[in-house]
Amino acid sequence: MSGGGPTPGAAAEGPVARLTGLVAALRDHGFGIGTGETVDAGLALEAVGFADRERMREALAATLLHGERQRPVFDRVFDLYFPAVVTAPEGHGAGPGDAAALAALRTRIAEALAAGDAALLDRLAAEAVAGFGGYGSGPGTDGWSSYQALSRVRPETLLARVRAARTGAGQEPDFADRLLDDEIRRAVEGFRERVRTEARRRVAERRGRDEVARRAVAVTADRVDFLLAGREQLDELRRTVRPLARKLATRLAARRRRAARGAIDLRRTLRGSLSTGGVPVRPVLRRRRPGRPELVLLCDVSGSVAGFAQFTMVLVQALHDQFSRVRVFAFVNRCDEVTGLLSPGAADPAGFGERILAGARLTGRHGQSDYGTALAEFAERYADAVGPRTVVFVLGDARTNNTDPRPEALRLIAERARRVHWLNPEQPALWGTGDSVAPLYAELVDMRPCRNARRLGDLIARLLPV
Amino acid sequence: MTNGFFDSVDEVTERLAATGYLASPAIATTVFLADRLGKPLLVEGPAGVGKTQLAKAVTEAAGARLVRLQCYEGVDEARALYEWNHAKQLLRITAGRGESWDEARTDIFSEEFLLSRPLLTAIRSEEPTVLLVDETDKADVEIEGLLLEVLGDFQVTVPELGTITAVRRPFTVLTSNAGRELTEALRRRCLFLHIGFPEEELERRIVTLKVPGLDAALAASVVRVVGALRAMDLRKVPSVSETIDWARTLLALGADRLDERVVRETLGVLLKHQDDIVRAADRLDLDAV
Repeated sequence: MSGGGPTPGAAAEGPVARLTGLVAALRDHGFGIGTGETVDAGLALEAVGFADRERMREALAATLLHGERQRPVFDRVFDLYFPAVVTAPEGHGAGPGDAAALAALRTRIAEALAAGDAALLDRLAAEAVAGFGGYGSGPGTDGWSSYQALSRVRPETLLARVRAARTGAGQEPDFADRLLDDEIRRAVEGFRERVRTEARRRVAERRGRDEVARRAVAVTADRVDFLLAGREQLDELRRTVRPLARKLATRLAARRRRAARGAIDLRRTLRGSLSTGGVPVRPVLRRRRPGRPELVLLCDVSGSVAGFAQFTMVLVQALHDQFSRVRVFAFVNRCDEVTGLLSPGAADPAGFGERILAGARLTGRHGQSDYGTALAEFAERYADAVGPRTVVFVLGDARTNNTDPRPEALRLIAERARRVHWLNPEQPALWGTGDSVAPLYAELVDMRPCRNARRLGDLIARLLPV
Repeated sequence: MTNGFFDSVDEVTERLAATGYLASPAIATTVFLADRLGKPLLVEGPAGVGKTQLAKAVTEAAGARLVRLQCYEGVDEARALYEWNHAKQLLRITAGRGESWDEARTDIFSEEFLLSRPLLTAIRSEEPTVLLVDETDKADVEIEGLLLEVLGDFQVTVPELGTITAVRRPFTVLTSNAGRELTEALRRRCLFLHIGFPEEELERRIVTLKVPGLDAALAASVVRVVGALRAMDLRKVPSVSETIDWARTLLALGADRLDERVVRETLGVLLKHQDDIVRAADRLDLDAV
């Protein structure tokens, strides 16, 4: 590698070490990056030079990434290893009493947001963290917090000012101006992300990049544990449903095609061989019945596992054309059919959870999940939903709040259905601890752990009937 | 190793712009790298953002020849790589009665009887070439194995002829709509580029370039509305090609500014599902459609 340049850190540390550090951090996040690709990344950096940081970013992305989903994590790690600026040694900025400085900064942020000046916003984010994000005083206890900076600068409260600046230019009102509020909200969210990046960078300077890269950078959405995912992450997951469904549909179609090959139809082969003098020149394969399987989804939608259940329901609904029939049932301690609430088109996935809780009778005397009662009610009321062509998926953590698990209800369902799969969002080590009756149910049906969206995709592609 | 089409990232941007393709910095950088490192370029992204167009623009900018392999379900070696011209071989055998088996055999497996398909054509080409493997995700997994040899070493093995190595490496672009996950092995051999929806400013320039008669203020409004639609939770969000279509529609209708009526009547150009249209009309505060 030749050439150092204006990027300050690269000159100080050596670009090779920085690149390998970046690759190691990405590998920690589960990226499969080989040595050959690292070499390519080095060559790519050499080709674009070190003068333009965004080009370096794209060069590394092109050589090290294999898919767009990896991009958010990559961007954050890149910002740590190739920071835009290095902090000049300085004090901890403004004290809490600096109201005037805060007001001045807010005014400048509002102007920059109105103008949409990206470079200026980066500088202002740096100022915000430097001025209002510091805490502690002595070495070892001090640090930088984006949360603190944001809660003092409060960019979300600038909406009215930015709107006034954007519309006050004197031109006649335009149709697109009704979109202004949303646009400003997105710009503000962008600014918040800049502040977070800046805070991470400063913390990394103090505490060592490698540690921050491992800890402070969130994993990709499809690897977030269902049980730990926040609202934002669930929203992000929901946006991945459609692409995922399309991918699964292609995979199922491929499996179906493969399943259709193989078995020879002896009668039709012999019949065909008559025209070639009894020599079976062209073997005829058995035609598959076009009948598509039926699917029943039985989901625990109580608080703890609701995110997992909703994601799966929306996903299965998006796959509905792969099956002759999909029926979805939800339960907490009573069981009700929610297929109608999920119908494609009408369903707005975001408000789906609320609609289920409002529109279906899922709870009896109390609001806690009770698997035994719910399964028994399902077996009794909806026995006709399960037949020899039905594959049943049960979704839940099997934590039954110390009520009677009533395994005979599940056994009954398992006997009637073609197959029953149980997807449990908890890791197997926790099965059977506390009020979990997972081991008991696992004896009756095939139970598998399913902790994140990636795993769910894999399981669905493999387990769904074709 | 290098194709030697371009000397710098800025040159890529300029020369692509001269052909009517406005490249984002990410696109320009990655195209430059693909050229410089001599590696194939895997382009992913939603439909209608100009993946295929990129390959065509590079062809034009470099003054090269475009060889295109359109992938579909069931595309095979004989369609992608090469095929022996059986009919002509039979004719040759019948014509050459009386010659020995060895003579006939060496003759009928010569270049004359080889039908070159896109991959072989690109590799044997002596002039600058751009090889476009379009919609790679539509092809079966088996074809990827074939692509590995071709794209890894730029060589093709024909059992009867031996190994044919590229005289000059074609600039290779693979496009994919992510209908199927491509294998890791293929991804490793390629530079990866995701073309998403362009930034507002770039899209405005694209619209102005593609629809020259459109008023600048209207173009800005068009791009803002499309940006808002993309932020909604729709089944199919409008792509760049739909933005251009919409701009052309507005121009044809003689609309000089957006208002509720025009937007309501032309929303079908942007959105292709009825429930999307209803939802978007609701969010944009249009009256009932």
